[in-house]
Amino acid sequence: MIELYESQRAMRNMRRAAMQRGVVAILDVGSSKIGCLVLRFDGADRGIEVEGVGPMAGQAGFRVIGAATTRSRGVRFGEIQSMQETERAIRTAVQAAQKMANIRVDHVIACFSGGAPRSYGLAGAIDLEGHVVTEQDVSRVLSACDVPEYGEGREVLHAQPVNFALDHRSGLGDPRGQMGMRLATDMHMLTVDAAAIQNLAHCVKRCDLELAGVASSSYVSGISAMVEDEQELGGACIDLGGGTTGISIFMKKHMIYADSVKMGGDHVTGDISMGLGVPTATAERIKTFYGGVVATGMDDREMIQTGGDTGDWEHDRRTVSRAELIGIMRPRVEEILEEVRARLDAAGFEHLPSQQIVLTGGGSQIPGLDGLASRILGQQVRLGRPLRVHGLPQSATGPGFASAVGLCLFAAHPQDEWWDFEIPVDRYPARSLRRAVKWFKDNW
Amino acid sequence: MQQVNPRLDPAPSRWSYRMQRLMLTPLYRNLLRIGLPFAIAFGSVTLYMSDDQRRETVVQGVVDLREQFQTRPEFMVNLMAIDGASSSVAEDIREVLQLDFPISSFDLELDDILAQIRDLPPVQDASLRVRSGGILQVDVIERSPAVVWRTAQGLEVLDATGAVIAPATSREAHAALPLIAGEGADRHVSEALDLVRAAGPLGARMRGLVRVGDRRWDVVLDRDQRILLPEEGPVQALERVIAMGQVHEMLERDLSVVDMRLSQRPTIRMNPAAVEQWRELQTTHAGIARQ
Repeated sequence: MIELYESQRAMRNMRRAAMQRGVVAILDVGSSKIGCLVLRFDGADRGIEVEGVGPMAGQAGFRVIGAATTRSRGVRFGEIQSMQETERAIRTAVQAAQKMANIRVDHVIACFSGGAPRSYGLAGAIDLEGHVVTEQDVSRVLSACDVPEYGEGREVLHAQPVNFALDHRSGLGDPRGQMGMRLATDMHMLTVDAAAIQNLAHCVKRCDLELAGVASSSYVSGISAMVEDEQELGGACIDLGGGTTGISIFMKKHMIYADSVKMGGDHVTGDISMGLGVPTATAERIKTFYGGVVATGMDDREMIQTGGDTGDWEHDRRTVSRAELIGIMRPRVEEILEEVRARLDAAGFEHLPSQQIVLTGGGSQIPGLDGLASRILGQQVRLGRPLRVHGLPQSATGPGFASAVGLCLFAAHPQDEWWDFEIPVDRYPARSLRRAVKWFKDNW
Repeated sequence: MQQVNPRLDPAPSRWSYRMQRLMLTPLYRNLLRIGLPFAIAFGSVTLYMSDDQRRETVVQGVVDLREQFQTRPEFMVNLMAIDGASSSVAEDIREVLQLDFPISSFDLELDDILAQIRDLPPVQDASLRVRSGGILQVDVIERSPAVVWRTAQGLEVLDATGAVIAPATSREAHAALPLIAGEGADRHVSEALDLVRAAGPLGARMRGLVRVGDRRWDVVLDRDQRILLPEEGPVQALERVIAMGQVHEMLERDLSVVDMRLSQRPTIRMNPAAVEQWRELQTTHAGIARQ
């Protein structure tokens, strides 16, 4: 386990170094677009000192000074398929963002949605050595979690302690300093394909950047699109992306489940392209301009010119009614939502006290989607847009930027993960000073 | 519906990307923006100046330019006008200054010239400015002669403050001025002038004043008469003598000294002939027959 987290620890150190320099880049590697934001940290949290304004959900203290997006190439289903193409796309985005910020960034925090994320709930318990819980005890109880066999070629992306229990008291956020005999913890672990992370790391490295953190995009879009109550009482964030649809379930402000459906907006575009016999670019354009999921009588009469420049007059003059377009789109959207429903059911979403569902991501801009989603997913469905953060350009405030904005918040205030705690003493490499001290303490 | 053309690859090449990142590095950018121009300028100037000949040419050029500017007609001073000085003093000033016109006003050291003019004995005060039209205007206030001072070396003309204006060739040249003599007389000219003013009724009889022992004054009259004045209040004493003289015609009598040094007891010294006469008269009055 220790060796596994070396790279994560190294990334955390890198993040600290980036914080010290005050500039860090955010890279959202998606299937349809690659977005890059440059953040500047002003040091201390200088929140808005007005009565009635809370801690601003951790979004104070940094400022977006550069933003750029580019069409994604070489990424399919949220995973990197063509390294060269992806590297070029990342380079384009980073260069444009750097140019806007007029500053050079060396550290980048990235998120991606693919790699078949899989959630595990871990539990561990230890008997305390003293009567008071120390930091060492927390490390030990985290180490004591029984790690399931998650398979060869997979890597842990997130390992967050969700809950601590001391004797019979559960639901503790921070058990340090409390009295008790037995400390237990629940941990949420998210694993992804190791190859996906390695490919991403390689691409970033090829761009002369240092990877200062990796996050799952469904997790970070949940952070930005859900309000505090939804995160506290229980809710799911559905990030309808281009290649994948990410699902994250939040409870008590911790992510307790994440998954992804390998279907997204690109599949809708593909269906339109095939159904109408038009190029993908045209299909994408028709989808964004005229797309919808609920047909009305008016839509039968609204004719859309598909266009084309083949030279064949008949071919170039084809028209299609909007009702037909909706007829093509709706089954695919329904399929995606059905799949999401199946994943939520598998995760036991119905047992949560509140079952708020937030739709975000670029795909959530389909008109009428909330009506369709509430039929499939349940009554409590709303469309979510990311939080407003300082300096974010107007063009980057849409739901398609939920994961980029969430990654900003993640970069500013990352949640404690397993590797943020000290390594427990008994796992420490041999002949360390601490071990010697412990031996003295035990024997004298 | 217009056809969407597949765009060309907007990605920067690896090297242009690296170049841009390099240019965004603050240190490098500052170096390029400030350091490089500075180095080029410094280097080229150093290279150019490393040759002696060129350096000399540049220095000569600067000097020439400066000279050319300073000798422009606007800055030239062509003549000196001296106001308030008699012709001899003006001569003296011209002789002392030794300015050969035309001269640039940048080369005129007005402070030095003013000091030189003020150092001249006949000049009490002077002011100096360069007037428009290239004229050096000297305004002089001359000392006015007040007394003639006779010393062992000769005669000198003093002003009211006792400063020497010029040596006098003869007494006749300054016949209107009163004469003073004696050691330290020049330091008490104002007192002497007061005495002269008080001695107005004596008229032409007064020959002059003598400072005795650098302490007090004697008024010397013709017929070898002297009035010895005290240190304190000499003017009052002199007025008293004059008053007595007017009442008793004292000074017209045959006496040599009126001694006022003790104010309670004015004393006169008669000439031997007068003493003789006086004694004779005494005996006559007493009725004693001459033997």
